[in-house]
Amino acid sequence: MNVHSSRETFDRSLKKLLDQVLILGSMVEQAVLESMRALQDRDFVVARRVYEADQRINEKRYAIEHECIILIATQQPMARDVRLLAAVLEIITELERIGDYAKGICKINILMNEEPVHQPTLLSLQQMADIGTDMLRRSLDAFITLDVQVARALPKEDNAVDALYNNLYRTQLAQMMADPSSIDRGNHLLWAAHNLERLADRVINICERIVYVSTGEMKELDSPDVVDL
Amino acid sequence: MPSTAAQLAIQAKNLNVFYGAFKAVKNVNLPIERKKVTAIIGPSGCGKSTVLRSFNRMNELVPSAHIEGEILFNGQNIYASDVDPVEVRRRIGMVFQKPNPFPKTIYENVAWGARLNGFRGGVGRPNMDEWVEQCLLKAALWDEVKDKLHQSGLSLSGGQQQRLCIARAIAVQPEIILMDEPASALDPIATLKIEDLMHELAQEYTIIVVTHNMQQAARVSDFTAFFTMDEDRSGILVEFGPTTQIFTTPTDDRTEGYITGRFG
Repeated sequence: MNVHSSRETFDRSLKKLLDQVLILGSMVEQAVLESMRALQDRDFVVARRVYEADQRINEKRYAIEHECIILIATQQPMARDVRLLAAVLEIITELERIGDYAKGICKINILMNEEPVHQPTLLSLQQMADIGTDMLRRSLDAFITLDVQVARALPKEDNAVDALYNNLYRTQLAQMMADPSSIDRGNHLLWAAHNLERLADRVINICERIVYVSTGEMKELDSPDVVDL
Repeated sequence: MPSTAAQLAIQAKNLNVFYGAFKAVKNVNLPIERKKVTAIIGPSGCGKSTVLRSFNRMNELVPSAHIEGEILFNGQNIYASDVDPVEVRRRIGMVFQKPNPFPKTIYENVAWGARLNGFRGGVGRPNMDEWVEQCLLKAALWDEVKDKLHQSGLSLSGGQQQRLCIARAIAVQPEIILMDEPASALDPIATLKIEDLMHELAQEYTIIVVTHNMQQAARVSDFTAFFTMDEDRSGILVEFGPTTQIFTTPTDDRTEGYITGRFG
């Protein structure tokens, strides 16, 4: 079989597109980590900067979407190509939403003003963010290499994030009941925790797309639910 | 493909087609569902037109051609010795790449075949004028030609001529219409009209279409068969399935390679 590529232009465009997805991914990862650093340091200047930088993430997402649509219109992709472009459209939406979570954490940081936050709570939030962004980074690597094994394995790591969230939820609830004056702050911290918990869920969605591109199989990748509310 | 025998209009079974000693098509098994559009795609020389032509014994017109295997039409082998090829071609019509209307009036182009096949109008049945109108309506041509039925068929545009050929093909009341690159000589608008027409016709007829245009196959067909050449340059059927599956998740790497343009 003659395997010379008769579609070099298309291949080049696809590679450029995937590079852009990776750039968007690292912008989002950085936003999450910086939003957390700002929360740790209660640094409102950094928080405001990350909050405003979300605009650039949104613009990048639209630019990639536009590029996808142009490729669909001009190249009439088929088979794996069409699955890949459909996956890119989904994945950039997930990434943009994760960016919104980082923005949300910055907003919470600013809203909490000078309220002190307990170190153990901050530590739990940081752990959630670290696990989540690590999952995010590896999911995007797996997307570029279409590594189905990694894509199928990653969702299980969400359990650790869920466990941290449930724990944090219980301790905050107990605290709010014991001291009603902490309800405002407790609510804000739960909101931040919820954002981080959703971050990991969105990584699972990315993993589902990787499986779809490489196998054509479109189905949910379960992470056994450990929520016990 | 879990199609029951009753759903099948025609079926190639272990079909081999030879031109002299050369085996042009090797061991093809292809079930064609009734009142669906089936597209045959593949690179040049993969035997797709040869397969199409064996569905109504057109290959016999090539002196060196012969076939092995069976084409079952409503369960009966059309190559059996007691089958009349002319009757086969009446029930399985054909539309060619280049529109080929007779050098006669538009009306006569449609009426001629019907008359030849013993069309009798009369009580409770349409007369010839009505029949010509019905066929032209079904071929989505009536509105454009109703005021000039007695002008030459050759005065029409290429797209109109092709629809006239389709009207002529359905005038003899076939069950199956074979189409060999029916739109490749037409501009994009005329092509879309033919494609729309194929959708319409599939409510009443079984359609098998050979096309080089993969987007066309993706747009018009319910099922797609992908052919390629093996190492002996014989045409082989690689993959057959619902069009939506073939174009989004083909199972064979050769299909994937062809439809994404990675070779060919």
